[in-house]
Amino acid sequence: MISPNLRIAYRFLTAKKRAMFMSLSCTVLGVGLFIVTQATTSGFEDIFTRTLLGINGAIRIEDRLQDTMRSMAAAGASDFYFAQREGVKYIEGVEEPQRIIDALRDFANVRGVSAVLRGSIQITSSFKTEDAQMFGIRLEDHLRVSDLGQQITAGKLEDFRNANSGALVGRVLADRLQLAVGDSVVIAARGESRRFVVSAIFETGYREVDKTNIYLHLPEVRSLLRKPSGATYLQINLHDAERAPADAARMEAVLRHGAKPWQEREKSWLEVFRALRVSTGITVTVFTLIASLAMFNTLAMIVLEKTKDIAILRSMGYERRDITRIFLWQAGIVLAIGAVVGALFGAGVTWLVGQVPLSISGIFKSDRFMVIYDWRHYAAAIGTAVIMVMVASLIPARRAARLEPGDIVRGTAQ
Amino acid sequence: MSAAGPVAPGEVALRCTDLHRYLGRDEGRVHVLKGVSFEARRGQVYAIVGPSGCGKSTLLYLLGLLDQPDGGQIEINGRVMSNTDDAARTAARGEHIGFVFQFHFLMLEFSALENVMMPMRKLGRLAPAEMEARARHLLDAVGLGAKTHRLGTQLSGGEQQRVAIARALANQPTILLADEPTGNLDVKNSGLVFDLITRLAKEQGQAVILVTHNPEIAQRCDHTRPMRDGLFVG
Ligand SMILES: Nc1ncnc2c1ncn2[C@@H]1O[C@H](COP(=O)(O)OP(=O)(O)OP(=O)(O)O)[C@@H](O)[C@H]1O
Ligand SMILES: [Mg+2]
Repeated sequence: MISPNLRIAYRFLTAKKRAMFMSLSCTVLGVGLFIVTQATTSGFEDIFTRTLLGINGAIRIEDRLQDTMRSMAAAGASDFYFAQREGVKYIEGVEEPQRIIDALRDFANVRGVSAVLRGSIQITSSFKTEDAQMFGIRLEDHLRVSDLGQQITAGKLEDFRNANSGALVGRVLADRLQLAVGDSVVIAARGESRRFVVSAIFETGYREVDKTNIYLHLPEVRSLLRKPSGATYLQINLHDAERAPADAARMEAVLRHGAKPWQEREKSWLEVFRALRVSTGITVTVFTLIASLAMFNTLAMIVLEKTKDIAILRSMGYERRDITRIFLWQAGIVLAIGAVVGALFGAGVTWLVGQVPLSISGIFKSDRFMVIYDWRHYAAAIGTAVIMVMVASLIPARRAARLEPGDIVRGTAQ
Repeated sequence: MSAAGPVAPGEVALRCTDLHRYLGRDEGRVHVLKGVSFEARRGQVYAIVGPSGCGKSTLLYLLGLLDQPDGGQIEINGRVMSNTDDAARTAARGEHIGFVFQFHFLMLEFSALENVMMPMRKLGRLAPAEMEARARHLLDAVGLGAKTHRLGTQLSGGEQQRVAIARALANQPTILLADEPTGNLDVKNSGLVFDLITRLAKEQGQAVILVTHNPEIAQRCDHTRPMRDGLFVG
């Protein structure tokens, strides 16, 4: 059975449709646009995150911690170890990658590990010479920790796999050198130089990477750098990337090497996205604020118009709290409709925005507006509206409840 | 209905002693009720008569627990109500008292039927179907059986007044307070309404207190209390 208070609320409300409409439409706008801003900012954050995970993996292990700390760390818990971190000394690179890779098998969340040897080079095409970075990889390992397989835009990964002197060149670098698949280049490092063939061209969308990175087979890089063992870093991919900070902390403690999760590595960018999300969210909350002011106004008006009805209700045994509820229910009805319509409106606009063609590159590559659908955005939008409108409604609702029936019937109620 | 239980008619349902009420503020402060004492028994109909402005409505609001006296005491069915809190007075209004206002009778956005069901819904003693049946019965009794679904705005002043009487009777109160209940009615309907009220008073043992300017009606009541300038006279 519908509560009598809700019935009365509904009837009061429908008698004031036009005034309510203002509050309702602002609630719809507030909820809807909040959802849209969250959907787009998170959409871009999401593709940015996926791009970077696809290039650099979830965790990177590099730099062995200096031995003098070993006994201390072994004795204490990892907390203690971190407390000491300031004083820890690092030795660049991973000297025994295979030992670490074996140890990483104990980490259930680890999906793949790739040992990478990096070096600065100069690459020369028939057109010109550029500075670049070479990354020596074992292709099969690296495919498991990156999206390299999906980033190929020209040529075939197969050709790289089969050619010892094959090279994978970033799109921007290839353009600068006017390279095409099958062209040969000379790569020089530390006075040593060698000829390679462009097996394929990749594009990550992250311009810095596409401008400098060249992937070569690990043995080639070893001999160019005259480094028969060791790696610059280990790139790790996880089943659940969100857990990277915890896993990295454990790796650092167990493996005695610095381990950096992607959240820390990309901290500055992630903070930019978060700031953007918060600021756009606050901006559209203005609509919700207007909705709550409009609701305040409408309810205050209804209280004035319905004082006699309030007296009648009170004379029939309706309590003060019933009167409060009648007015809060009115806000509740507007909020309920506003939340549903606002959420649908938000989802609809999100979909429309997602259709907008938009060519973006720089830190990621996309050909349309990025959006994601996350129930938490809807919950936050509706939660904000509920809190703001309800707080604004409390004042007229309580005022209505305070009215004395005797004052009302004599016409001396304030 | 416990309120209208098998009580011997004649028992005192309402008693007030030495009621004082001032209205207005500062220089405008008026001593409206100057020590009114009064007693109403079940099954009896009382008429309060007097010139306009003598304080009849003011007294009725106090008796209906809608207002609080500045002095004196009000007992409802043996319980002193004048110094209790708002919650207790509200509960007593819903359970024991039916009130018919002098002006503004109905909640106009609601149908006649909904108006009559309103106090029953709050009290919550009946199932929804029983509430509706009782409301229809009461509207029939005041001669509005055919207009149960009219909104308040679609009823004439007299019709509204009759709906208000039906509503005041909804919870079978022990005390019915009515401020000019027949003021807007023609001879036929005022007779009809008055007969209904007196019949119920006899059948259910209600104490009925009504304010009226109609000498004919006043004469047909069991008791008439003339009022002048804030006091009962004679
Ligand atoms: N707010 C107020 N301030 C001062 N005096 C008031 C106020 N309200 C009412 N009065 C006075 O109180 C007196 C009693 O008013 P009340 O409404 O009880 O009269 P009544 O007997 O019901 O009259 P009527 O027959 O016209 O309905 C009147 O003289 C009126 O002027
Ligand atoms: Mg009066």
